Amino acid sequence: MKTYTNTGNKDTRSGFGAGLSELGKSNDNVVALCADLTGSLKMNAFADAHPERFFQVGIAEANMMCIAAGMTIGGKIPFTGTFANFSTGRVYDQIRQSIAYSDKNVKICASHSGVTLGEDGATHQILEDIGLMKMLPGMTVINTCDYNQTKAATLAIAEHHGPVYLRFGRPKVANFTPENGEFKIGKAVLLSEGTDVTIVATGHLVWEALEAAKALNEKGISAEVINIHTIKPLDEEAIIKSVKKTGCIVTAEEHNYMGGLGESVARTLSLSVPTPQEFVATQDTFGESGTPEELLEKYGLNAASIVEKAMAVIKRKK
Amino acid sequence: MADIQHLKDVVSQVRRDIVRQVHAVNSGHPGGSLGCTEFIVALYNEIMEHDPSFTMDGKNEDLFFLSNGHISPVFYSVLAHAGYFPKEELSTFRKLNSRLQGHPTTHEGLPGVRIASGSLGQGMSVGIGAALTKKLNGDDKTVFTLHGDGELQEGQNWEAIMYASANNVDNLISTIDVNGQQIDGSTDSVLALGDLRNKFESFGWEVVTVDKGNDIESVIAGVQEAISLSRKRKPVCILLHTEMGNGVDFMMGSHEWHGVAPNDKQLADALQQNPETLGDY
Repeated sequence: MKTYTNTGNKDTRSGFGAGLSELGKSNDNVVALCADLTGSLKMNAFADAHPERFFQVGIAEANMMCIAAGMTIGGKIPFTGTFANFSTGRVYDQIRQSIAYSDKNVKICASHSGVTLGEDGATHQILEDIGLMKMLPGMTVINTCDYNQTKAATLAIAEHHGPVYLRFGRPKVANFTPENGEFKIGKAVLLSEGTDVTIVATGHLVWEALEAAKALNEKGISAEVINIHTIKPLDEEAIIKSVKKTGCIVTAEEHNYMGGLGESVARTLSLSVPTPQEFVATQDTFGESGTPEELLEKYGLNAASIVEKAMAVIKRKK
Repeated sequence: MADIQHLKDVVSQVRRDIVRQVHAVNSGHPGGSLGCTEFIVALYNEIMEHDPSFTMDGKNEDLFFLSNGHISPVFYSVLAHAGYFPKEELSTFRKLNSRLQGHPTTHEGLPGVRIASGSLGQGMSVGIGAALTKKLNGDDKTVFTLHGDGELQEGQNWEAIMYASANNVDNLISTIDVNGQQIDGSTDSVLALGDLRNKFESFGWEVVTVDKGNDIESVIAGVQEAISLSRKRKPVCILLHTEMGNGVDFMMGSHEWHGVAPNDKQLADALQQNPETLGDY
């Protein structure tokens, strides 16, 4: 099986900051807006280098989203930055009417998604945002797995016309995808080929999926690992192709099973190749305070859980 | 100089269009539409530099955003008579497969509309965004927005009002349609707005009051005063005192006609009061 090397733990939000900083130099139309979380979103480099194109809106996310929508009129490409919770649930109607329905070229960039936000607890940990965003017609939904991929995705979405939700996180996690790699929106990345079970993962759980594949390999089980960085539009072809080979699938995400990647995959498969599936996701619950590692363990969002679900789903194969 | 008689003719025709649109589908919002007729007619026929061949970006044009999207009948009629689309299309208002949706949208590609509105409280923020982009682009034109007075109950407006003055968005002129009415009754009875002039001024805005918001000359004078106050590091607010239902006597001054269509007899009566001037659609 193909293995990957962690070149050193880094936070995905810093990948966003690096990408935004690069866009500041390469694309004069890129503007950035932030709701009092510039440091947390790693937007300082952009703000310092391009103060005329950086808009601090204060703690007023609804205003930020609609200002961003208005800024597209005249050709700007606004990137908004705040936590995932305040980027989605708090401003759902603003995004729905002024951005999605109005087809505005706004990039909603959301850090601190999922439980790995950690100690701040459930008020700040959103586990419903993928569902909220993917239900909006015309919205592209991306959840990147590491620093390098988040930077690449940040650059890629500037070139894509239309509203995008880009989801990343707070903790330092393994950085293993290629530096300056190409990011194709809507194109799954086959990380490791296998024959017994397909594991499709998104966000922070992609590295956990690779760790799970290693553990499964030691048990004599060959797992195929696919990185689904784009949840919408979903690369259905890649998923169908894989399960035709393996006959079963585990989906893994730092999100509620309702509305997440797993449900999108289940729909795809039920329409073409009904396939046994297990879900690594939170079980319709809020999060809580704790360290990211503790929370991933408690809510069953790590390599060990993926291994367990893989063993279970293989048994369900006919 | 404004051709006042021509503008009054446009106003009369637009009022006919409003009641006919709403009557035809037995739905829509005539009251606020009639009350804002002089203002929107003045903007598109006297005040704004705008191009009916329409580009979404609207560079080097004055822009208008309707935040209280439910008064779409007046907006559509004014856009049609300004040449954005054929006036015959007004007959499709609120019907299946129409570009003239119940509330304005960009989704169906209707020329003249740059943002969807209807869910209230968002338009001032959108206008700020467009005004900021104009500044970045070195575009010296003005952004106009219109809001209902009841709409100010939406908290997002106050985020926008605070932002615009703190950031010297002085190419923005936001007009509040002060008709004192909303769906459930008077604004005083639903949620009193207090002293709006004081509120805007204390938030750092210039404020122009137009007492006769249904008098075309007063409206033009008020908007011109607002323009003269713009570009001096402060956003400008126009408190436009109008009468809901103005121009149709039995609809005037009451919230009852906020979202109710006239019947056949009432339509005839309303049309009698507003002569055909530019040709019905």
